[in-house]
Amino acid sequence: MDMLRYMLRRLLIALVTLWIIVTITFILMVTVPGSPFSDERSSNEAVQANLEAHYNLDDPYYMQYLLYLKNISMLDLGPSIKQPNQTVNDLLGRGFPISFELGMITIIFAVVSGVVLGIISALRHNGVLDYLSMGFAVLGISIPNFILATLFIQKLAADWEFFPVATWSSPMHMVLPVAALATGPMAIIARLTRSTMLEVLTQDYIKMARAKGLSPWKITFKHALRNALMPVVTIMGTLLAGILTGTFVIEQIFAIPGMGKYFVESINQRDYPVIMGTTVFYSTFLIFMLLLVDIVYGIIDPRIKLHKKGGE
Amino acid sequence: MEKILDIKDLHVTFTTYGGTVQAVRGVDLYLNKGETLAIVGESGCGKSVTSNAIMRLIPSPPGKISNGTIHFKGQDLTKVSEKKMRSIRGVDISMIFQDPMTALNPTLTIGTQLMEGLRQHKDVSVKEAKQKAIEMMNLVGIPNPEERLKQYPHQFSGGMRQRIVIAIALICEPELLIADEPTTALDVTIQAQILELFAKIQEETGVSIILITHDLGVVAKIADRIAVMYAGKIIETGTKRDIFYRPQHPYTKGLLHSVPRLDEKGKLHPIDGTPPDLFSPPQGCPFAARCPLAMEVCDKVYPIKSERSDTHQVNCWLQDERAKHLLAETASK
Repeated sequence: MDMLRYMLRRLLIALVTLWIIVTITFILMVTVPGSPFSDERSSNEAVQANLEAHYNLDDPYYMQYLLYLKNISMLDLGPSIKQPNQTVNDLLGRGFPISFELGMITIIFAVVSGVVLGIISALRHNGVLDYLSMGFAVLGISIPNFILATLFIQKLAADWEFFPVATWSSPMHMVLPVAALATGPMAIIARLTRSTMLEVLTQDYIKMARAKGLSPWKITFKHALRNALMPVVTIMGTLLAGILTGTFVIEQIFAIPGMGKYFVESINQRDYPVIMGTTVFYSTFLIFMLLLVDIVYGIIDPRIKLHKKGGE
Repeated sequence: MEKILDIKDLHVTFTTYGGTVQAVRGVDLYLNKGETLAIVGESGCGKSVTSNAIMRLIPSPPGKISNGTIHFKGQDLTKVSEKKMRSIRGVDISMIFQDPMTALNPTLTIGTQLMEGLRQHKDVSVKEAKQKAIEMMNLVGIPNPEERLKQYPHQFSGGMRQRIVIAIALICEPELLIADEPTTALDVTIQAQILELFAKIQEETGVSIILITHDLGVVAKIADRIAVMYAGKIIETGTKRDIFYRPQHPYTKGLLHSVPRLDEKGKLHPIDGTPPDLFSPPQGCPFAARCPLAMEVCDKVYPIKSERSDTHQVNCWLQDERAKHLLAETASK
């Protein structure tokens, strides 16, 4: 019951957040000079006027804004101006599954490998493995993903031909984009896991677990890791946002037909409905993921209650 | 009486950037079956290190048992493998920690933490383990055990948590219980309850207890024998009566004298000075610098052990024939 009320409240907050995002994006969009038809030199003024009338672009801004709000409340993101006979919903339906796949594989890979590296470093504190993995982590944090991506393509794909250069059609195609995108988050997670793990390992309850005669394996995974993961869960929200925007860049570099392509193109071409649609969609997705992070938080640490009232 | 634990010439050192700390410097101790031995001394005298050495829980590196033997049930604990040690910890020897607020894992239920030791060491089903857990909760006096097993540490008060820590330590029915300042972090009223619980448990299970404390009130309440520790050495041991009524070492006397008394208003009687630096401990008696009766010999040579009686030993040059008059003088003061 408490949980339900909490979810409802979060949903309400999410809607308000979305409304603010829509409004800000709309204002930014109409402030940027140019229009979807400004580069079509061949068409005369009468044709342009007709086109604008067709997409309601000749209405005053507040009318366009209200119309957009009305459509969006019915989950209609409108037509694409630049891609004939395609709605924004069509574009999303085609591109998002690919972007989602890229993002999810990346986040899972980043979390698993980051946590494992962090644990190894902490258990072998100041040992060779610790220095190796932390050196690797510093490199991972320092090198931007687009540099890594081009490096990977040049060396691993073009020169040595281990992996295909681009596109998204088989698991082999996924290796390089995922590696390029995951390295940064993985390094951050590894460093964080290491430092919290080191701290947790000095806690009394770890000593107590040792005094019970538990095996090192049980002490690490049952007693230490769960406590050490809290900060990792906390930064998951930020990392998710980073990976999300990272996909735009990586998709461009690897010619992956995901959402990123439409998003970037739509801004260049002033394809207003697509700009709005992708922004709103991504915002919704991110808000949902953050909610998920909060719920996971409560599951890992029983002291955290999501709702203020009730419970113990 | 049967000795359950016999420590001989135990040395523990910690290697740090600043040098080597000699935390324990040749401790001899024994514990009879079913008795309670209190190790008393001020902070940093090596009492916790000694107890951690018995459990082999000294963080290594930097810590190291550099010399000595710890005989427990016919085996030398300083020599057994880590794997063998794991089968001793929690089963034959259990430990209770000082601060119940941090000794329990905040993310696991009380039930899990109670039962895991049992499940690790004994071949029991979940149902049997739960039954045993409930039994232990009853023994340490926690109401509604079945409900409370499902709860988390933050849902318990400090005193309750210490009861749970005790239950965890006792669930495999150990023969030796090491309690490292078990009441220090608790309110005075709760302290008394926990001490009564120790007495009750000992009566019911016959467990031998090593109690580490700096609180002489606690000692007076439940100890059979007392070992007074100073700067990594045991300087005086004896029965409770020996130590409280016939203390011999000036440090023991100072310690007893420093306890605030209800019938004496105002003044406290601290022991002047501070313990020596254990990076480079003095070659003579470590207490010499603070001792009101220090003689020339005290600075140079560590005092040999004198037997006051079968139970009462003290390391102090004042016990030497040639210094008897000094003792008599102070006694008459």
